[in-house]
Amino acid sequence: MDKLIEQFSLGLFFWQLILFVGLVLLLKKFAWGPILKSVGEREEGIKDALDEAENARKEMQNLNADNARILKEARAERDLLLKEAREMKDGIIADAKNEAQAQANKVIEQAQATILAEKNAAISDLKNQVAELSISIAEKVIQGELADKNKQEKLVQDLLKEVTIS
Amino acid sequence: MQNILRNYYQKGSMLKNNLIKILVFLLFVITNTVNAQETAEHHNSEEKDIKVEIKEYINHHLLDSYDFSLYSYTNDEGEHKYVGFPLPVILIDGGLKVFSSSKFHHGETVAEVDGNYYTVFHNKIYKTDAEGTITLDDHHHPTNVKPLDFSITKNVAVIFLVGLLMFFMFSRMAKSYQKNNLMPLGFGRMLEPIIMYIRDDIAIPNIGKKHYKKYMSYLLTVFFFVWIINLLGLTPLGVNVTNNIAVTFALALITYLLTTFTANKNYWKHIFWMPGVPGPMKVILAPIELLGTIIKPFSLMIRLYANITAGHIVLMSIIGLMFIFKSWIGSPLSFGLAFALALLELLVSALQAYIFTMLSALYFGMAVEEHDDHH
Repeated sequence: MDKLIEQFSLGLFFWQLILFVGLVLLLKKFAWGPILKSVGEREEGIKDALDEAENARKEMQNLNADNARILKEARAERDLLLKEAREMKDGIIADAKNEAQAQANKVIEQAQATILAEKNAAISDLKNQVAELSISIAEKVIQGELADKNKQEKLVQDLLKEVTIS
Repeated sequence: MQNILRNYYQKGSMLKNNLIKILVFLLFVITNTVNAQETAEHHNSEEKDIKVEIKEYINHHLLDSYDFSLYSYTNDEGEHKYVGFPLPVILIDGGLKVFSSSKFHHGETVAEVDGNYYTVFHNKIYKTDAEGTITLDDHHHPTNVKPLDFSITKNVAVIFLVGLLMFFMFSRMAKSYQKNNLMPLGFGRMLEPIIMYIRDDIAIPNIGKKHYKKYMSYLLTVFFFVWIINLLGLTPLGVNVTNNIAVTFALALITYLLTTFTANKNYWKHIFWMPGVPGPMKVILAPIELLGTIIKPFSLMIRLYANITAGHIVLMSIIGLMFIFKSWIGSPLSFGLAFALALLELLVSALQAYIFTMLSALYFGMAVEEHDDHH
C-alpha cells in the first residue's frame, strides 16, 4: 500500500481524468449518440415493419373472412331463389290443375244439363205421342160405342142424372 | 451472454487453478533438475545475474517511463542502447518547464533546464544540483524537492493514442450508419453487438429503462477504453496502463462522482436514514453506508489494477523462466505455459472491462433506483 501511494503519479491521474472526460463527451456527441440513435431508429423501423406485416395479415384474414361470408350469403340467396322458383312452379301447376278440374266439372255439368233437357224433351214428346195415340184409340172406341142408338140414349140419361143430382 | 461470460469466468478460474498446479509441479521438477545441474557444474554466477535482471526488468516494466522505448540492448562497447523515442516532460516548478525527455538519457544523466537541474530517480523526477545528488532519508525516500509533474509519459501517450483511436473508430462507425441505411459497415458490424450487449444486458437491467440513457456514453467509453488498453498491455509494446493505480483511480473516481451527483433523494435517504430499521440502528448504519459509497468505487479501482498487474507479473515471470532454465525441457514448457497464460489474459482483459462496466452500471442503478419504502 505504501509503495502504491508512493508510486501514485499525479500527472498520469490528471491526464487520464482530462482525457477520459473529454473522450466521453466527444464520443457522446460524435459516436455513441448517433450510433444509439441509429440503432434505436432501426429497431423502431423493424418493429414498425413487423407491426405493419401483422396488420396486413389481419386485414388479409378479415378480407378472407369477408369473402367467405359473401360467398355464403350468395349461396343462401341462390338457395332462396331456387326455393321460391320451385314454390312458384308448384303453385302454377296446382293452379292449372285446379282450373282444369273446374273446367272439366263445368263441361260435365253442361253435358248433364243437356242430357237432362234432351231426356225431358224426349219424355214430353213421348207423352204427346202417347196422348195422341190414346185420343185416337179413344175416338175409335167412342165411335164404336156410339154406333148403337140405345146406348147413346142411355149415356145421355146417365149423364143427365148425374147433373140433376148434383 | 451474461451466463456465458460467467461460465467463462468460472472456467477461467478453474483454468487458473489448474495452471497454478501445473506451474507448481513444473517448478518442482525443473528446479530439481536445475539444482542437479548446478551441483554438477558448480554454482554459476551468471545465472544469478539473469534472475536479478529479469526481476528488475519486470519491476521496470510495471512502472511508467518518460520515454517510449520498445527495447534496449547492450552493444559491444558495453553501452546501453535504447530503441524508441523521447516524450515531452512538463514540470511546474516556478513556472512551466517543457523539455524533451531525451535530456535525461534514460535516467542516466542530469537534465539542465533554465538553470534548474532535474534527475530521474526510481521513475520520478527530482530537483537536484548540477551533479544530480539524491539525498535519502532513513526510509530510503529521497528528500529532494519533487516538482509538480504533468509530463507526457509513456502511459499518457498511450491513453491519448487510445483516445484518438476510439474517437476515429466510433465516429466513423457512427457515420457508416447514415451511409448504409442504419446498418453499420465493416468493423462496426463486430462492434455493434458489443454496444448492444452493454445497452441491453448491462445498462438496462441494472439501471432501468427510465434512466439508463444518461449513463450509456460513460459505460460504453469505459468498457472499450479499458478493453483496448488491457489488450494493448498484452502486446509486446510494453504498454501497461491499467496496471497503474492512477489510471484506475481516475476511472473509479468518475464512477463515484457520477453516482454521487446523479443520485436521487431515495439513495441519500437509504444512506443517512435507512428506512425500516429502528432509530439507534439508523445512527449506526449511516457512517457504514457512507463508507460503503466510497468502498464501492475503491474496490473497482483495486480490482482492475490488481488483476492486470498480477497478470503482467505472472506472464512476464513465466517468460523470464525460459531464460533461466536454458534447457531443452524447461524452456519449451514455460513457453507453453506462457502461451496458455497469455490466452487467459486475453479473456481477463475483456472480463475486467466487463466487470468494471457492469459494477459501474450497478452503482448507477442504486443511485437512481425508485422504490417505495417497504423494507
